[in-house]
Amino acid sequence: MSIDLKTIKHISKLSRISVDEKKAEKLAGDLNSIFDFIEKLNELKTDNVEPLTSVAETTLKLRPDEVKSKNLREQVIKNSPKENEDYFVVPKVIE
Amino acid sequence: MSDITKQSLSELVENIKSKKLSSSEVTKAFVERSEKSKELNAYITEDYTNALNKAKKFDEKPNLDLKLPGIPMAVKDLFCTRDLRTTAGSKILNNFVPTYESTVTQNIWNEGAILMGKLNCDEFAMGSSNETSFFGNVQNPIDKNLVPGGSSGGSSSAVAAQLTPITIGTDTGGSIRQPASFTGTVGLKPTYGSCSRYGIVAFASSLDQAGPMAQNVKDCALLQEVISTYDEKDSTSIDFKRNEYSKELTKDIKGKKIGIPKEYRVDGMPKEIEDLWKKGIEYSKDCGAEIIDISLPHTNYALPTYYIVAPAEASSNLARYDGVKYGFRAEGENLIDMYEKTRSEGFGAEVQRRIMIGTYVLSSGYYDAYYLKAQKVRKLIKNDFDDAYKKVDAILTPSTPSSAFKIGEKTNDPVSMYLNDIFTVPVNLAGLPGISIPAGHDAKGYPLGLQIIGKAFDEQNILNIAYAMEEKINFKNNITDWWIK
Repeated sequence: MSIDLKTIKHISKLSRISVDEKKAEKLAGDLNSIFDFIEKLNELKTDNVEPLTSVAETTLKLRPDEVKSKNLREQVIKNSPKENEDYFVVPKVIE
Repeated sequence: MSDITKQSLSELVENIKSKKLSSSEVTKAFVERSEKSKELNAYITEDYTNALNKAKKFDEKPNLDLKLPGIPMAVKDLFCTRDLRTTAGSKILNNFVPTYESTVTQNIWNEGAILMGKLNCDEFAMGSSNETSFFGNVQNPIDKNLVPGGSSGGSSSAVAAQLTPITIGTDTGGSIRQPASFTGTVGLKPTYGSCSRYGIVAFASSLDQAGPMAQNVKDCALLQEVISTYDEKDSTSIDFKRNEYSKELTKDIKGKKIGIPKEYRVDGMPKEIEDLWKKGIEYSKDCGAEIIDISLPHTNYALPTYYIVAPAEASSNLARYDGVKYGFRAEGENLIDMYEKTRSEGFGAEVQRRIMIGTYVLSSGYYDAYYLKAQKVRKLIKNDFDDAYKKVDAILTPSTPSSAFKIGEKTNDPVSMYLNDIFTVPVNLAGLPGISIPAGHDAKGYPLGLQIIGKAFDEQNILNIAYAMEEKINFKNNITDWWIK
């Protein structure tokens, strides 16, 4: 399998990471060598194997649906790179 | 009292409890040594003034019933600390000051310890050499040109150089055990679900675990006892009966069955590692353990599985860094442009690479071929351990396939960097506890570690085996303080 530049551009779009031509070429090389390494998994037959989604063999605990954290607005907004009173500010989305 | 920083945690606790030393004296000693050790670049953020003030406050009204009374310590910069910058080694969190505290660090402060600062690490814990940190690489106190391992490289360097008596790291694929092995220190990765992940910057949520790093096994056991608690803020935290690990520690391991997995004899493994492993087998026999050959047939598939599962989870976890809610923001022409520039400028190369791998293996059309396949192989790897533990109580392996390598040696070849974690990654995939203890030196005099892997929730047993072997090995680190002018 080979990951081409078109695929890299597609993944970069999905990842919300901008890449220029030079970076895309470097990434294609890196990703191809990593996927060559990953392809080893195809040696294994896994048709009848259940996928492992959690190593912990316990069920999730239930708890009462109660609010425990209150009045966190200031804390939540504190690290925002740009804010306007109680809101996060982003570039204009609707024309 | 001279040489405070040379004392182990247990000695410091004893001396503070018997009032031979005050917290201020101890804190001052570690702060002064840390200040003289800037060349190692172990710290990202120092908090010395606050630490000294807290020590003074402790001494005014000392509570000597606590487990870590007035003990100063620095922690990996992946743990959120209230009001103290937490960067995860990334530009994107360069100015992030948490408004809350991680459960693990809160447990430590509740037992009387004092925060000295935040230790360097690979960016978002993605790396095996601490070279992916936005804040620069860290030097191994063993030798100027060596990496300290990673991702908890600032932590391993700081403990080995005695800038902090103990520390905590996190381990997703070997990030506590490999740096411990590279620096001649002890590092424990607990069972998945033992230590709360609340307030730890997330990398791969099904693999991440916090754990103790120390100069010896007893100190490690004491710190594990403090940090491991059930926490309802982490839905994967497990409510099981936790031991008082340090109190129940024993060197009596007579009759314990220790497995030697043949698949860990990998191609091209240096003879020094093979010899170390043989020595480890002899030591455990000397301690009265019984050695049993076992097989973990899917060992060779662990790294490829890991490099699907971990990046997939990382790509999802790191989606939150968008320049809106916190962290670095780059200006853009519109919202999407702002996201793309923020993430492209805010993340380093390795993190971007892993986000791209993760996004690809989860993307439409590839999910079954990669992610689902990896989850199935992960099951086979866990089954291997389950089968082995029908016959043995613990498993003994080398911690790493080599001693510490040179700074810059592997940065251009991601796959060769990933191969470093070949012996540690299977343990994370199966959610088991593993400890690395220093066990010898290679021809260059660099430390080498042995790993003891336990059954889930059986930390006490591997700590006991490590404790017994530690005495037989009688390891001495060769550190010359070359960085102190």
